[in-house]
Order: sequence, then structure tokens, then C-alpha cells
Amino acid sequence: MSTATTRSTAPEKRSFTAAASEYVNDRTGIAVAIKGLGRKAFPDHWSFLLGEVALFSFIVVLVSGTFLTFFFQASMAEVHYDGSYVPLKGVEMSVAMASTLDISFDIRGGLFVRQMHHWAALLFVAAIGLHMLRVFFTGAFRKPREINWVFGFLLFILAMAEGFTGYSLPDDLLSGNGLRIIDGMVKGIPLIGTWTSFLLFGGEFPGTAIVGRLYTLHILLLPALVVALIAVHVGYVFIHKHTQFAGPGRQPTNSVGPPVLPIYAAKAGGFMFIIWGVIALIASLFTINPIWNYGPYDPSPVSAGTQPDWYIGFADGALRLIPPGWEFVWLERTWSFNILVPLIAIGIFLVLVVSYPFIEAWIKGDRREHHIADRPRNAPTRTAIGAAGVTFYAGLWAAASSDLLATHFSLTMEGVINALQATVILGPIIAYFITKRVCIALQKKDREIVLHGYESGRIVKLPGGEFIEVHQPLDEYDRWRLVSFESYEPLMLRPNARGKITAGQRLRASLSRWFFEDRIAPVTRGELEAAHSGHHAAEVDTTHS
Amino acid sequence: MNRSKRRTGRRHPLATAALLALGLVFTGGAYAALSSGSVAQAEAEPTSQQTIEEGKKLFQANCSTCHGLEAQGSDDGPSLIGVGAASVDFQVGTGRMPMQMQGPQAQVKPPQFTDEQVKQLAYYVASLGPGPDIPADHLVNGGGDAANGAELFRINCAMCHNVAGAGGALTEGKFAPPLTDVSGVHIYEAMVTGPQNMPVFNDLNISPEDKRDIITYLKYVQDNRSPGGFELGSLGPVAEGLFIWIFGLGAIVAITVWITAKSN
Repeated sequence: MSTATTRSTAPEKRSFTAAASEYVNDRTGIAVAIKGLGRKAFPDHWSFLLGEVALFSFIVVLVSGTFLTFFFQASMAEVHYDGSYVPLKGVEMSVAMASTLDISFDIRGGLFVRQMHHWAALLFVAAIGLHMLRVFFTGAFRKPREINWVFGFLLFILAMAEGFTGYSLPDDLLSGNGLRIIDGMVKGIPLIGTWTSFLLFGGEFPGTAIVGRLYTLHILLLPALVVALIAVHVGYVFIHKHTQFAGPGRQPTNSVGPPVLPIYAAKAGGFMFIIWGVIALIASLFTINPIWNYGPYDPSPVSAGTQPDWYIGFADGALRLIPPGWEFVWLERTWSFNILVPLIAIGIFLVLVVSYPFIEAWIKGDRREHHIADRPRNAPTRTAIGAAGVTFYAGLWAAASSDLLATHFSLTMEGVINALQATVILGPIIAYFITKRVCIALQKKDREIVLHGYESGRIVKLPGGEFIEVHQPLDEYDRWRLVSFESYEPLMLRPNARGKITAGQRLRASLSRWFFEDRIAPVTRGELEAAHSGHHAAEVDTTHS
Repeated sequence: MNRSKRRTGRRHPLATAALLALGLVFTGGAYAALSSGSVAQAEAEPTSQQTIEEGKKLFQANCSTCHGLEAQGSDDGPSLIGVGAASVDFQVGTGRMPMQMQGPQAQVKPPQFTDEQVKQLAYYVASLGPGPDIPADHLVNGGGDAANGAELFRINCAMCHNVAGAGGALTEGKFAPPLTDVSGVHIYEAMVTGPQNMPVFNDLNISPEDKRDIITYLKYVQDNRSPGGFELGSLGPVAEGLFIWIFGLGAIVAITVWITAKSN
């Protein structure tokens, strides 16, 4: 718009910026986009930045990974290592391993970039995990955002796949052990297992093809899918608007916060550099995946403390928790339920995660759009289900480090495993009930505060000798935050148009009862006024005394 | 005035100090020469009767409660006849014996005896029956082939001790201890005697030269810290995962809170 004014008054005196922007705009028409996007408001809350953390660390992964492709050779041809690292000199290894060692020891800045790539990858998946938890616990997956939850979930799965394929590329002992476990899991699937394994590895494990194949997946197919899905995912955030917490002036139809241009863009841009800085700092100070310790892959040795990277840990833990003796021979085939049960359990868990928005919407019978984020306490059953899921996942996750838990806390391995078996089965149930009770208690406290104000700590003696504590009423802004949430009631079981009650309806009604039987309704206007009139009397009393 | 007077005197002003220093050097030197002579006498003679006698006294005072007065063993401890000097040097030299408490495995603690006493005990036990001897210095000083040692270590040792020698868990509360600051002699002795739950790696299984190479590799890892920075205990992905969640993501969440904080 500044260009317009300058053009009308004194065209010959235009500044360089004005001229340049006009040049660009005349050829791209970008002003429309900037006008549209720049005015978009983005609500401010720390937890809304977690997705950005994932995005920014992904950029680091992408850039550092590109650097690594210049030097990494995805070949399993055998060579004798002849680089700088003394304890591996002359050792026979694959070209993949040797080139990774060269990146680490003989290419300037190589080790730093390798460590940045790996640390950023760990951070990428961790940020996705935390971001998913935020979206879940604030109910930001509700209509119209269910599909974007599915896209986000796919990104989480793809990120794990990216991570695992990358972890396997250097062809060191640790990654080879990891691949062997995957190979074992694949072979444990009845009927198709062995065929699938031979297809993946191009013959008997480990073969000479797997590193090349994983490399293609790691640098071509998976990143393309991740980039495409990120574009869709972020695009939908713009289309749907970001959710926001309840507050004065915040409507389902608006979005309150600083506009993207200039404030939010500047903040996010600065934040991006901070994230990069944190990753660079960690990468420069802390070793990650020291493949020179692990040595080249050889199917015979397995190191103590062999674990996958953290995001695959829950699957490794699931395998570790299965008691011995769950495989048997039937119809001349070995049925490895020690592998099938964890696979099925993890599969069910992941399906529940991705379909949760649809399940909840169906139980509620709720077809409205929701743009105001829930405070976790105001959806007690959902929050409790989330806590149960987190406990289940955390139990499996901890099991992946059972050996380190045993050595570092002077426990027995068997004791750790048994305790974690109990945690995975009983923990979610306990977590569910505790969380639900805590949520309801917090809601009651909110209600109490809205109706009677907060305790001021001021004790007043009334003329009759009675002592009371003066409660300070909330101001309107704080009250708004506490009273504006939705309360659902269990669905009534009613006959449909044909006068029948179907089994589906019965199920839905019982689930709805489970969800909403215990609930605290938000304070209504009437309740508030009633409480206030009572209060005023007390306050008048105290002021007169 | 005073200064000029002294200068004219017969004796140099520093003569007293010089005389004192000379006296100290002589006395100290003589003491050092005599005492080191006596130590050398006691230590260098594995078979000398005096060493064995001293060892026997120490043994009967400190070890015989469990191992028996003649090291023949009892219900509380095994017979030590034929375990060799290497075994005693390892167990007592690392502080595992005398045992701190009964448990799945003897714990390392600060050694209870001086090196000299450990040797006396070792040669006393060695005199009871033939067994592995304390290794010669050229086998344990880390002068071998680190690459060969690393490969042997990965194949033979890493499944319990971890590839970087960070240690690992065994069943029922037993564990393979970290090798991050174990001396070459003790590593060698552990291999030939198989203490606690460790198997014996005899000379047919791993030759003395190969053992030397393994020690060379472990010394290399001990002396050369990771080129990538702090090692996080060399514990692998678990330590890395904990680090990124607690410190990496923790720091970043703190930053997000800071960025979105309302300015006052």
C-alpha cells in the first residue's frame, strides 16, 4: 500500500524497497497472498509452538541429510577400512560403514553434520510426539480437524520409518542387530513371514541388498511423502485456523492473537533459529551413535545394551515383556506368539490412536465444529483415556531399557521385567481412574472459585465474634476462562424411526454414559447471580464492621 | 650497616641454610635408598619363603573365616588351592575380596591391602597349587594391535560388557562391570581366571597375544575420549533418547514458554 501512495504523489522519488516490491508484485501478484496470510492471526500459547519445533528440526534433518548424501555410499561391497580411526584399521567392513567412518573422521565438519542429523531426527520425532499429546489433550482433533489428525498420525509413522531406515544405513553392529530384530519379527508372521523377509533382504539375512534399498527409501520415497504431508498438514492449519483457548472475545468464528505479519512471522523466524542453535549446540557437545565403537556388522556378536532409537523403543519393549515359551509347533509350523502378540498389541494401539477422533465424535453424537480448545480437566474421560494410553506406551518404552534399569538401579533384570509387565497391564487402568478423579476435582475447584471467589487470606472478625475469611471475587476475564466450556450429557436411548432400538445404539448409549456420567457442569449465569447476591450480603457485613 | 658487617664475616650468610639442606638431602636420600631396598626385597621374590610366610599370616587373619585356615574352603567360601596368583591378585587387588557383603556378585570397593600385601597373599595361594600366574608386563601395557583387539572384544566380550566396555546386565541381579577404568593387569587376570560370573578365556581360546590386543583396545578407549563430545556413559540409544527428551526438548519447551510469555 505504501507503493500506491508514493506512486500517486512523487513517482520519481520512490525508495528502493518500494520499487523492488512493486517489481515483484507486478510479476507474481504476491501482494494478495501476503495480504491474506499476513493478516491471519495466530493464537499465542507455548504448546501451540510444538508443531513448529518438529517442522524446524525437520528442516535441519533435510539440510544436514543432503550434506551426508554427498559422502555416504550405500553399498555393501566389502572393503578393508583404511581411514584415521586406529582401532578399526584394516578391519573388513562394507563400503557403507567405511564411508560413514570417513564422514566421521576424514571429512571436514562431517562428524558435526552427522551428529546434527541424528540429534535433529531424535528431536523431530520427540516434538511430533509432544505435539500429538497437546492436540489430543486439548481436543484439537475434533471436527473439522479429524482428517488433519490422521495426516499428523501418518507423519508420526513416516518419521519413525525415516528414523529406522536411517539408523540402519551405516551398517554398523548396532544397526545390523536392529535389522535382525525386524527380520525376526517379519519372519514371525505366519504364512507370509519368510517370503516377506526374503523379499525385503533379497535373499537370506543380511544379504548384500538391504542397505541400498533402505537408502532409496530413506532419501527418496519417505522424505517426499513427509514433505508432501507436511505441506498438506500445515495447509490445513491455515484453512481451519488454529484452535485457541477460551477467553474474552474469543469466538469459534474468530482467531485472537498477533497477526502473522509482522509479529508472528518475526517470532517464528527467530524461534526457528533458536531451534537450529539448540540442535547445533547439542550436536557439537554430545556424541550420538558412535559407530566407531560398534564396529562393522557381523551377525555373530551382539553388544550388551543394544537398543533402537527412542521412538522404536516401545516396540522393542513389547518384545522384551513377553514371557518365555509362547511359541509352539502346530501343523508342522512354528507359531511365534511371542512375536505375534506384541505386533498385534502395537497394531491395535496405533489404530486406536489414529481413529480416536472418530470414536469420540460417534460416542458424543456430535456433528458441530469445534474451534475452542478444551482445557484437559474439562474433558475428564478423554484426558483419562489419554493418560492410560501414555502409561501403556511409557511402560513398553521403559521395557526397552530394562537391562539399563537393572544395572543402574541395582535391580534384578527379572524384577524389572515383571514390574513393567504389571505396569503395562495394570498401569493404564490405575492411571485412568486417578486422572479422571483429578480432573473432576480440578473442575470442582474451578466451580468453587467462580461461585465464591478465591481465598484472600484476610480473616475478619464479625461483631458477633464470628471469624470469616474474605473471598475475593474473580475478575470477568478470569471467570470467562473458567466457565466457558461445553458440558455433555449421556445420550438418551430412544427408538429410531422404525420404533426399534438397535445394538449399535445400545453400545453408543452405554459408551456415552461411560464418558459423561461423572461430570461437572460449568457454572451458569443463574448460579453465578445467586452466589453473588449471597456474597454481597457478607461483604456488606464485613465492610460495616 | 648490619649488612656490610655480615659481609665482612668469615662465613657466607647462607652457609647455615646450605648446611641444613645438605644434611636433609643426605638423611632423606639414605632413608629412601634403604627403604626402597627393603621393599624391593620383599616384592621381587615370588617364591621366597618370607613372602609366602607373610602371605599366609595375612590370609589366616583376613580370609580364613570363609576359605579355611589352609585355603581348603568351607561352606561359606570355595577352596583356593590351585586358583593361582592371578586370581588372588584380581579379587583382592580390585577390592572385591574380602567381600563387602553377600549378594548376587562381589562388589568393587577400595582395595583393603597394599600392593605388597596383595602380592604376598597371591604368592601364598600360588604356593598351594599350580594356577594362572600374574601376567608379564609386556602383555598388559597396551602395546598390541587395537584393531584386532576391538574385533575380538566385540565377538567375545561385548555381549556382556557392551561394545564400549560400559558394562551390562546379567540375570538375577548379576552384571558385567564397566571396563572404563580397569587396569591392564586386572583385565588379563579376569580373562584367565573367570571371576564371578565371567567365563574363563584360556590361552587356547584366546592366545596371550590376542589378550594383549584386547587390552590395547580397551586402553585406547580409556585414553581417547569420544571425538563426538560427551559420551553420555557410552550407553547407546537409551541415554541419547533420555537426553533429547529431558534436555533437548526440555530446553525447547522452556524457550517456547519464554517466547509466548506476555510482556509486562
